[in-house]
Amino acid sequence: MSVPPNAILALEAEGLTKIYGSGNTEVVAMKDVSLTVSKRQVIALLGPSGAGKSTLLTAIGLINPPTSGRITIGGQPVMDGPRSLVDLRAFRRKHLGFVFQKANLIPFLTAVENVAVALEINGETPAKARKRAMELLDYLGVADRSRNLPEALSGGQQQRIAVARALANHPSLILADEPTAALDSFRGRQVMELFRRVAHERDSAVIVVTHDHRSLDVFDQTYEMEDGLLRHHKSDLLHS
Amino acid sequence: MNLAAKDIRHNFGRFALTTVGIGLLLMIVMGMGGIYRGLIAEATLLVERIGADLWVVQGNTRGPFAEISRVPANLEHRARAVPGVAQARRFISHTVQREHGGFPLRIVVQGLSWPEDRGDWIPLTAGRPLRQAHYEMIADRSLRLPLGSKVKLGKDVYEVVGITSGMVGSGGDGLGFFTVVDAEAIQFDLTGEARRLERQARRARVESQDLGRLQPLLVDRAAGSETEIPALGPPQVSAVMLSLQPGVDPETVVRVISTWPDVTIYTKQQQIDLLLSGMVDRAKRQLGLFRVLLIIISTIIMALIIYTLTMDKIHDIAMLKLIGARNRVIMGLILQQALLIGALGYGLAYWLGTFAFPRFPRLVVVESQDLLMLGGIVLAISILASLAGIVKAMRVEPNKVLS
Ligand SMILES: Nc1ncnc2c1ncn2[C@@H]1O[C@H](COP(=O)(O)OP(=O)(O)O)[C@@H](O)[C@H]1O
Ligand SMILES: [Mg+2]
Repeated sequence: MSVPPNAILALEAEGLTKIYGSGNTEVVAMKDVSLTVSKRQVIALLGPSGAGKSTLLTAIGLINPPTSGRITIGGQPVMDGPRSLVDLRAFRRKHLGFVFQKANLIPFLTAVENVAVALEINGETPAKARKRAMELLDYLGVADRSRNLPEALSGGQQQRIAVARALANHPSLILADEPTAALDSFRGRQVMELFRRVAHERDSAVIVVTHDHRSLDVFDQTYEMEDGLLRHHKSDLLHS
Repeated sequence: MNLAAKDIRHNFGRFALTTVGIGLLLMIVMGMGGIYRGLIAEATLLVERIGADLWVVQGNTRGPFAEISRVPANLEHRARAVPGVAQARRFISHTVQREHGGFPLRIVVQGLSWPEDRGDWIPLTAGRPLRQAHYEMIADRSLRLPLGSKVKLGKDVYEVVGITSGMVGSGGDGLGFFTVVDAEAIQFDLTGEARRLERQARRARVESQDLGRLQPLLVDRAAGSETEIPALGPPQVSAVMLSLQPGVDPETVVRVISTWPDVTIYTKQQQIDLLLSGMVDRAKRQLGLFRVLLIIISTIIMALIIYTLTMDKIHDIAMLKLIGARNRVIMGLILQQALLIGALGYGLAYWLGTFAFPRFPRLVVVESQDLLMLGGIVLAISILASLAGIVKAMRVEPNKVLS
């Protein structure tokens, strides 16, 4: 399956390279990576540890500027090499959703507040933010834990709240870095299927870094990274 | 939503403890300032309140507070004759430590020039001024002698007829006002045996002299009461206090009396300066220095606490930045907490102080000027400490979330 030609592109990354450090300690974490993702597409990113997956994801997520290359999100050029073309923080809060291996919830906010804070940061009124946060928790099946603090929730529940927070502002691009690593395989698959559902119901694109080969059938496309290089996964090559 | 309030709600125990800690610290800073001011106030209180414009003391001494001064009681009459002097009073003051109800009782025995001075100028909280020449006293509240109680001093029993408050000597001991004669009786009280031996010795001295042998009456006299032999008795008073007629320049009176070779004269202000620069100077500097140290230490502690509070949240702050929070939100979180801790700590310190300070054995004077200064310092610390935290927070990269 390739990019439908008439779909609006959620992401275009061209020639991304990232070099950490300099001189003796120089590490080329990502070499000339190009990637195009259209709306409603769910992409898996595989690869061994240290291959550069997180580097790619954080570069696209606008929290780790590439050494060179260009990033365009939703048709808007945002990065040209290490130079930002827009207010990155404002762009993140409007267009991007993040989920990481750890839920990274704010420990002093309840489940519903953790979601609502993302909405309020984006200018929503407290009452509306709370209402929508409750809807999202409901959507993710954790509405009954809305008043709990993160410390009182299981890893799976925390992760679902993190997903709800990532979805809060209707991001056009959701980036998930090993979101199911801390979950059992059943819960892990649930989250993956959830991403697929969100992408299709809400017109978002999703990129998921994963090690879980059993869930690969959930994804529209699978890429693999190794030594900073990106290529299509074998299973994909068979189909295409 | 207010992130600062949410964080406090979550870490309430820790926040409360921190605030209480800072509150106690600030209370000590306030108290130290108050003790410093109290020391100065107590040292000069008597001079300020007794209402004397000029002090006539023993020649070449800096009495009667900074050192011992002895002047004859009749100096009072001499001074009264100086033009411009409205009133001359004898000043007698000495401290006694006795036992009362099983506890040590320290009284600064203060003589009032009966009958001109009955203590009408003393602000009373209960009772009345003196009404008779003997056996009555006005007691400061800190002596804990209730109205109507009887105290045995020397050979006589004195009844507390009036209660005043805030009247203490430079050492912080409560004042007791008596008539001058009573005050002297207390001061020069001797046991019967001591008196008998003294009379005997006197008689022996006079008898062994020609004068005594030629004048047998004199021998009788010498063996009598010492108050009946003024020339042989002890000097009566410490100083003579002068009040001036309205509109009289103290300088003119000072000029007259300073020509008297047997006495030295001081104005009220000079007397205050003598007290502050001499008697309480070391104590004052000691407290002052300690107070400065305390302020510096609390500044450092508060700054550290507020900075640490921010550092503990740096990961959450990175997450907030990652999801796009504006700097305003993050600064608000840090600054509001710092200001709240500062304000609550300060309020707590003040509140605790209103209970604690009046129970201190010596006067604690919390001046609004000092309060204002401390408030300013707390505000400045809170802001500066949070600025350090804010700088750190502004620098943190959102991808710190991943580490
Ligand atoms: N901040 C960094 N500084 C230096 N080297 C880094 C940094 N982040 C990652 N690297 C290096 O870049 C390479 C790719 O890392 P990463 O993108 O985290 O890989 P993956 O997510 O696939 O495990 C690794 O060799 C790693 O050591
Ligand atoms: Mg990684």
